[in-house]
Amino acid sequence: MNAFIKLDGADNVAVALRDLRKGETLEVDGNPVVLHDDIAFGHKFCTRRIACGENVFKYGLPIGSATRDIREGEHVHTQNIQSNYKNDSQ
Amino acid sequence: MKGFLRKDGRKGIRNLVVVTYLVECAHHVAQRIADRFPDDGVHVIGFGGCAPNEYAEKVMRRLCTHPNVCGVVIVSLGCENFRRDALLRHVRESGRMAELIVIQENGGTLPSIDKGVEAVGRMLQRLPDVPLVDFGWEDLMVGTVCGGSDATSGFTANPSVGRVFDKLIARGATCLFEEPGELIGCEHLMRERGATPEIGDQLFRCVRKADAYYKKMGHDSFSEGNAVGGLSTIEDKSLGSYSKSGTRPINGLLYPGDQPEGSGLYFLDVVPDGEPLWGFPNVSDSAEIVEMAACGCHLILYTSGRGSVAGAAISPVIKVCGNPHTCEALPGDIDINAGRIITDGASLDDISDETIDLIGQVVGGRQTKSEALGHREFFLGYKYFDSCR
Repeated sequence: MNAFIKLDGADNVAVALRDLRKGETLEVDGNPVVLHDDIAFGHKFCTRRIACGENVFKYGLPIGSATRDIREGEHVHTQNIQSNYKNDSQ
Repeated sequence: MKGFLRKDGRKGIRNLVVVTYLVECAHHVAQRIADRFPDDGVHVIGFGGCAPNEYAEKVMRRLCTHPNVCGVVIVSLGCENFRRDALLRHVRESGRMAELIVIQENGGTLPSIDKGVEAVGRMLQRLPDVPLVDFGWEDLMVGTVCGGSDATSGFTANPSVGRVFDKLIARGATCLFEEPGELIGCEHLMRERGATPEIGDQLFRCVRKADAYYKKMGHDSFSEGNAVGGLSTIEDKSLGSYSKSGTRPINGLLYPGDQPEGSGLYFLDVVPDGEPLWGFPNVSDSAEIVEMAACGCHLILYTSGRGSVAGAAISPVIKVCGNPHTCEALPGDIDINAGRIITDGASLDDISDETIDLIGQVVGGRQTKSEALGHREFFLGYKYFDSCR
């Protein structure tokens, strides 16, 4: 069983397929990514640095944008991204 | 496969008697009537409201003439606004058995229960008279709903159902997906999939309408449970939800109770038109299942990650769960373990073929897990649609 799944080549997050531990090193697209947080099953971690305001991509499509800079290996969730529909910007 | 031929030409996969109440005040009598027939497939449905509502009356008409329904016992208190005679006439005109009991004109609770029990008993005796005829995939209509989504839903259970839809449509079936409020973020993709540019524009506007409606309600269709399960935003949830629809063109947009004119894939708009009047578009997944059944769905594929246990009146529910931990935790409730995609490397084809095999058996009479457990959840509330006045 894989440790994670990256759903599309364009994504900057991957989804944990088991409970992952802070400090674990995972190989993502041939590059090592060190986890800065525990990542629970089903939760996302950053695979490529996301600057504040940039879109977060999953399934190759935006699922929201970063509310602060997110480092590689960080947990990507409600504490650092928000919906692009939050402020009726669409 | 075989189905039950109704006099209006429709074919059902179940041969049910339904007891329906027309206001909450008549619910108890209806339930007590059905309780006397625990093993005979007697289902209770109804509308709890006393004030009139065109949407609710339309949904009730469609459910009482659903292909899986053979006969209907209507229980009215007597002073509610529901047009009971029109419903009775409508059901009879469809060729189905129908009887009306008005509690206020029938001596109250106990005599009404007795009368209802007699009516159901007479209908059950006539069930074997319904002709069994060939039932092909082109006769089948399947709906899908997701409930208790988590991060697994979007790459296990939901795309498996999408693959089921693609394969069923290739065999001539009709498939229905829904809930624009859980497709916010997918409207551009849906516009591209409309069978015509007009349908594409309708789909786009429908999702935008849902976004505006939910914003006015002050709460979107994103729950705390979704977040615990790893979903972070409504778009995150929506993109996973959207994969239930498969890849075929979307042939049309329906409103609750509309029946599609052809086969293929259709979308159901469940978010009311106009300003919010009566609260949340769908207070629970059961309300959405009721609306899909009202469109004629013979059965429902219900995907879950967190683990729903609900079934439904009238249309059997097949549970497809994509979270292997949930499948392990609720083995008595889950029909299809799509979590094998994560644990065993199963493919979407593996899960979709297993699901289609089960659908064939359920059409043939095999009970789904929720059916066998006696789940018959039902919820119908107030709504307003421009097309339903």
